[in-house]
Amino acid sequence: MRKSGKIIAELFAILLTVILFIIPFYFILINSFKNSREASKMNLQWPNVFQILDNYREVIQAQDYMLIRAFFNSAFITVVSIVILVFVCAMAGFILQRRKSKPLTIVHFLFLAGLMIPPAVVPTIWVLNGIGMFKTMAGLILIEVAINIPFAIILYSGFVATIPREIDEAALVDGAGSLNFFFRMILPLLKPVTSTIIVLTSVNVFNDFVNPLYFLPGAENATAQLTLYNFMSLYNTSYNLLFADVVLLTIPPLLLFLIFNKRIVAGMTAGAVKG
Amino acid sequence: MTFRRRATWLSLTLALLLIVLSACGKGGNIAGSSGNKSAKEAADTEKTTLTLLIDNQTAIDGIQAVADEIKRELNIETKIELRPGGTEGDNVVKTRLATSDMADLMFYNSGSLFKALNPQEYFVDLTNEPFMDHVLDSFKDTVSVDGKVYGIPGGSTVGGAWLYNKKIYSELGLSVPKTWDELLANNDKIKEAGYTPVIGSFSDSWTSQLVVLADYYNVHSLAPNFAEDYTYNKAKYATTPEALRSFEKLQSLRDKKHFNDDATATKLEDALAMLAEGKAAHYPILTLVLTNINANYPEMMDDIGAFAQPSDTADVNGLTIWMPGGIYANKEGSKIDAAKKWMEFFVSPEGVKAYLTAMKPEGPMPIKGVELPDDTYSAVKEMLPYFESGKTAPALEFYSPIKGPSLEQITVEVATGISSAAEGAAKYDSDVEKQALQLGLEGW
Amino acid sequence: MKSTKSLYSYGFLLPAGIIFFIFFLLPTIVSFFFSMTRWTLTDWEFIGLDNFIMFFKESSLNIGFRNTFIYAVMTSGTKVVLGLLLAVLLTSGIRSKDFLRSVVFFPTLISTIAVGITFSYLMHPSRGLINTALAALGIQGPNWLGDPALAIYSVGLVDIWKGVGFATVIYIAGMMSIPADYYEAVDIDGGNAFRKFWHITLPLIRPAMNSVIILSFIGGLRTFDLVWTMTKGGPGFSSDLIASIIYKQYQGGFYGLSTAGNVILFVIVAVLAFPLYRFLTKREVDL
Repeated sequence: MRKSGKIIAELFAILLTVILFIIPFYFILINSFKNSREASKMNLQWPNVFQILDNYREVIQAQDYMLIRAFFNSAFITVVSIVILVFVCAMAGFILQRRKSKPLTIVHFLFLAGLMIPPAVVPTIWVLNGIGMFKTMAGLILIEVAINIPFAIILYSGFVATIPREIDEAALVDGAGSLNFFFRMILPLLKPVTSTIIVLTSVNVFNDFVNPLYFLPGAENATAQLTLYNFMSLYNTSYNLLFADVVLLTIPPLLLFLIFNKRIVAGMTAGAVKG
Repeated sequence: MTFRRRATWLSLTLALLLIVLSACGKGGNIAGSSGNKSAKEAADTEKTTLTLLIDNQTAIDGIQAVADEIKRELNIETKIELRPGGTEGDNVVKTRLATSDMADLMFYNSGSLFKALNPQEYFVDLTNEPFMDHVLDSFKDTVSVDGKVYGIPGGSTVGGAWLYNKKIYSELGLSVPKTWDELLANNDKIKEAGYTPVIGSFSDSWTSQLVVLADYYNVHSLAPNFAEDYTYNKAKYATTPEALRSFEKLQSLRDKKHFNDDATATKLEDALAMLAEGKAAHYPILTLVLTNINANYPEMMDDIGAFAQPSDTADVNGLTIWMPGGIYANKEGSKIDAAKKWMEFFVSPEGVKAYLTAMKPEGPMPIKGVELPDDTYSAVKEMLPYFESGKTAPALEFYSPIKGPSLEQITVEVATGISSAAEGAAKYDSDVEKQALQLGLEGW
Repeated sequence: MKSTKSLYSYGFLLPAGIIFFIFFLLPTIVSFFFSMTRWTLTDWEFIGLDNFIMFFKESSLNIGFRNTFIYAVMTSGTKVVLGLLLAVLLTSGIRSKDFLRSVVFFPTLISTIAVGITFSYLMHPSRGLINTALAALGIQGPNWLGDPALAIYSVGLVDIWKGVGFATVIYIAGMMSIPADYYEAVDIDGGNAFRKFWHITLPLIRPAMNSVIILSFIGGLRTFDLVWTMTKGGPGFSSDLIASIIYKQYQGGFYGLSTAGNVILFVIVAVLAFPLYRFLTKREVDL
């Protein structure tokens, strides 16, 4: 009795998940295979005519291979900002957890406030312009880092709490310097939470659409998300191409997810939860 | 001209200096090679690339065709940069101007939106360029500030008109309405016959403004001082009966349920399909959509006509028109000479011909001596009598620099019954205040 | 003997601190000044509190406050509850849990703009898949995004769809860190699954729950990109959020006004979110 009840519950859960979560993906995928007339009906029907290669080729070639450049730009921005983010936040998170003092509480509080304060867009443009970084990759990268700092620091300092201080004491006996100690001993121990941060924030950065629009305008610098507009002109939406682009845009985060899937939870276990 | 000559002289001197200073090296080689030819020849044969910033909602076939011709004739390549349209795009433009990051050429609205950009700071003064003689004065007015002209027309004029399906009209024996009441009566008959009388496409909310905006000919005819008074805070939409009437007309369409049921989910492209396929009779819209109807329904173009938004009396009946967007040259660009040549070609007979070959006009061109080809859209031909009899007026945005940014949301509210006409007009009056204050206009 | 403090160099804080200050705190600080100006980026004129007065006069602002509050409460509340239920389900012994976990988490990976575009088509009142499916069941589906009374809730549903996977993962992480012997103790006492949930899981995942509450509530207060891609705040102003109003003022070129909106949102977050955070963490300590 209990067992069959469990199976029914499980089936129900699977069914519900399929309806709620899988159908939208199926909708996107199947429509990216259709020709534009069939796709504009926006249904789930099996395509009469498969136009897979043509659609995807057209998406990639649109606007003089804009997609390729855009992917390169997005990948560059994502990778560089994540590398910076991981190093600066691991260091800061470590210190914020290990040391306790009045000024540090304020610093910690400021970082935490960053999680809550809505970013002030126009003043940010003003600052970037003032230091000659407006509309530069470097400017956008540092913005992305700054926006993601609070979350990463919270995860790191939460995780550092699980690293026993005995390790520090042992290192002290060995006479290690602070930098040496951090990079040789602590950073490797932070691997699980680093994986979590890499997945979550790189997905954020890669999928970001608002900040590039504000801080890195211009066709030269188009990022991946902006390519969706190529297929959504006011008068004529090419649904098949639009959805093909959505599929292409989802591949990088998906790959990342498949690689790090198991570790996301592990990193969070100690980080966000105990933060 | 003198400036250009001086610049050439200066660059030659610099080139000489370079030769003297560096006996060998790359700098010397480049200077040496250009020294063999005359400077002018070098400029002609050397390939130049100009960037042109344009919004992604304008059909660019015509501009592209002229650009291709320019590449062939002048060896100037045009690199088109797309930006979003609407207020989002305005912002891209403003930001890029404010940060000295504008493309060499910019396609942008003419009229008040352009004048609000402080053109004298950012764009090349074209007043004394000989090629500006080709351009109609009525267009020049819309791209001039303090008597200086900054732009060339980037296309044909556009009417704010009621597109209608002629098949439905002939099927039901209707005639083009000359008064608003006649229009409403037509709508009732159309509705009875099972067609949608008026298409609302409020999912693309800007289209909801047309009933108010296209009414401006009527406002202008009945209250000629409105634009000026309104600019200087002496007249309001809510308290000027002739102007408030524009909002009331919109409300009357909603009160009589003349819009399609799912208007808030209807997009412009759906609306065009409804009109072309004969499911709906009327669509108050800018005639620039004719190009897009033609792209999808070329065989239906003869079934689509256009008439001006009627007033309350048959004596006042004229068309509100929009001047095309202008093309402007960036003052801080490094290739101003090439940009001027580009513009000269664009308004030349060859340029206009290339344009009209690639793109059928959506209204008469504001360039002198151009005749519309025979295969012009039937709707455009129906607009011509208004032009010929002088019964046209540019839209309010060409008279007054203030256009509130929220008009499209407010007209959606009126058209869907969230607000009444009077409330909508009052909301718009306060929306306009922001724009006036930002522009620092007198009287606010 | 040297203290371990020598290993905790304050210098480690500098890189993060400098980036955070220049690119986040500094703009926030100057926003207080520029919110009191009429501003064109290159030029400003001090106008006192005029922007704030105008912001409160703006016809759509009342609805902006209301919608922001509705949106934040609705999305965060549902994520807190639904995420917990999903997490319980996905940590139970069901065999398909790995698959389901991935499926539920997957929307988190798709960009907001792609999700917004896709769902605005799925929610089309006549042609959209949702209403077509409802019609097949004999139900007349609503005009999800076109009905002014409904639009904000429809967008909220999509937000939940996209974000619940993230909440679920945080919960799962919290549950995994509960030592197994706690549950064994209940087993020995003869407790059922519900007792385990009520007496062990729920109290011990409180920190995870607090994270979900705080992250999703604050996220709900400041977000607008989904609303923007799906309704642009419409029909009319009916689904405008404070953040989308800020964005619209920015688009209009009213930089001072937009920045004033930012300051207002800052104050709202401070008034609502900080006390909530204090309240939650205080209870955490008491436990």
